[in-house]
Amino acid sequence: MSFEIFVMQVFNGLSLFTILVLMALGLGIVFGLMGVINMAHGELMTLGAYATYLTSQFFAMHLPALMDYYLIVAIVVAFCVTYVFGYALERGFVRWFYKRPLDTLLATWGLSLILQQAYRTIFGAQEVSLPLTSWLTGAWEPVEGIQLPLNRIFIIGLTILVAIGVYLLLYKTRAGLRSRAVTQNRAMSSAVGINTDRVDATTFALGAGLAGIAGAVFTMIGSTNPGTGQLYVIDSFIVVVFGGVASLFGTVASGFLIAQSQTTLEYLMSGSMAKVSILLMVILVLYFRPSGLFSSKVRS
Amino acid sequence: MSKFNRRSFLQASGSAIAASAIPGIGLLPQSALAAETVKLGLLHSLSGTIAIAEASLVDAEKMAIDEINAAGGVMGRQIETVIEDGASDWPTFAEKTKKLLQRDKVAAIVGCYTSASRKAVLPVLNQNKGLLYYPTYYEGQEQDKYVIYPSQEATQSVISAIEWMAKQQGKTFFLVGSDYIYPRTCNKIAKPTVARLGGTTVGEEYVPLGHTEFSSIINKIKAAKPDWIYSTVVGGSNVAFYKQLKAAGLGGDKQKLLSTVVSENEIDGIGKDNAVGYYACMGYFQSIKSPRNEKFVKALKAKYGQDRVVGDPMQVAYNCVYLWKMAVEKAKSFDVDKVIAASAGLELDAPEGKIKVHATNHHVSKRVRVGKARPDGQFDIVFESGIIEPNPFPKL
Repeated sequence: MSFEIFVMQVFNGLSLFTILVLMALGLGIVFGLMGVINMAHGELMTLGAYATYLTSQFFAMHLPALMDYYLIVAIVVAFCVTYVFGYALERGFVRWFYKRPLDTLLATWGLSLILQQAYRTIFGAQEVSLPLTSWLTGAWEPVEGIQLPLNRIFIIGLTILVAIGVYLLLYKTRAGLRSRAVTQNRAMSSAVGINTDRVDATTFALGAGLAGIAGAVFTMIGSTNPGTGQLYVIDSFIVVVFGGVASLFGTVASGFLIAQSQTTLEYLMSGSMAKVSILLMVILVLYFRPSGLFSSKVRS
Repeated sequence: MSKFNRRSFLQASGSAIAASAIPGIGLLPQSALAAETVKLGLLHSLSGTIAIAEASLVDAEKMAIDEINAAGGVMGRQIETVIEDGASDWPTFAEKTKKLLQRDKVAAIVGCYTSASRKAVLPVLNQNKGLLYYPTYYEGQEQDKYVIYPSQEATQSVISAIEWMAKQQGKTFFLVGSDYIYPRTCNKIAKPTVARLGGTTVGEEYVPLGHTEFSSIINKIKAAKPDWIYSTVVGGSNVAFYKQLKAAGLGGDKQKLLSTVVSENEIDGIGKDNAVGYYACMGYFQSIKSPRNEKFVKALKAKYGQDRVVGDPMQVAYNCVYLWKMAVEKAKSFDVDKVIAASAGLELDAPEGKIKVHATNHHVSKRVRVGKARPDGQFDIVFESGIIEPNPFPKL
């Protein structure tokens, strides 16, 4: 392996790491903190992707001069749309299943099928294509032979921003404090006067909004079709479970571990075998540490 | 005379509606109905993951049926279309085939897209003596008594494509595919062809279906510096592959790539900017210049909108209906065995040009073409083969 390829491989590992974190962060909140197994999480990403598509259409029609910056607006739009949708979803659907985890699994799986078919009916079964933003096209070439794709650099930067944002929100604000309190002990939080219903809804909506951001960003590197979410949701679950449920730090760490091993293995063996090896590693670790790499102790 | 005909047709369709609404009285009117119309089943995934590729085929088939009906039908009978949704689920395909053959008693079915769905319906076809027209290019290795395969099988496209690529500059090939039977068979055919032409295969990579992360493979490509990438990556992965190649500085202007699975329909999803400059090898391109094709494209756009594009599988789906009509008229019967026997040697003047059903193996001889993607999502045809005989069971 030449030096250039090595540098690009390390960069790929970092890039995949940020992609996995962006994917898993929303799920880490919904599944990790709230304990809701949301099988429709992938479809929330798809919603974000379609919101991005619609924003690009809007820009193409009304603001063609600002076309280059539609993605920035689209990320905000995608977050808002999925946040509102997530809020409504929690209030109208998910909250009725809080005490029945297995039913949640089935109900949200059904919901994911309904959403997929709805996208298919509205946007068509074909993939939609999104315009390229010129300042994110191409690669940065610091040294001859090393090309670092600009869109991946953008994703790395955005993920860092989002991760810091989520950290500040959960650990430095009253709202975050309330949401962590409810996660740890619902009855006690309720007793000290926290409106747990409301906290549930906003926490779920935040997780959904993060999925929306992920969906918006992935339009740059992947496809946008009604089934897009399915491609990401399994990986998201693996990252969250592997890292340890109820630990956002674990989610980040496991994202890093999986990303680095996956890019390295993919380079050394075939793509399929790399995937198999990653799954084997996850199974092995979960066998010895059933609650994941980092499990925070929660009173049950 | 004509008035009488139309009237009895209306009566018959009236009783058809009654018969389908009340299953109990199906017996008597159905025989009356059979005298006037003939049923053709269309079986594709209209929902689920494969609907991306498959749903548009139904449009092309419906157009062919409408044209035939407007021109007087098949042996004087109007075609009645029965559409079923295979829902991207193989057992559902088998079940719906059974329903089409046993309950609807269709004369033939045009349907399936993936090989898995086709394999699932084969036993049902054989049990019920049902006839299937399969409109997708596929890996070959099959010849069922009850299936006609009017698209190109792997040897037809892969060998021509590799030969053409080798004739251009460059002798090193990198093969990338999704990890299932079609790409693996194509590459099994491609590798000896590359060797025969004096080239070398410098890499062969497979990614799981639905894979979206191509950065490591792209690095392997960069390390191997091949003259050509031969791609059989399918579905959503395709979109990710093209986008990431371009982002990594291996766009169509810098790297030569040819795919045997990207038609105009796929380009729609990949994005024109991401695909421009790459090559594809297909039996049909929308840009073929011939009066027959121009008529076909015009009719399709008139029916489904000016923005509609038509790729290879859609065009073959359209041909399927016509091949069935011709076989029926040659056999002068709707009987499946007679129609199959009559199919051998049939020639159709299709939008892609003349195609001919092989005397024995149920595939067709046809031309394949190489196109280079333009900025508008269409292809410039840069190579056209001679007529290639089908060879579904190559010695590998």
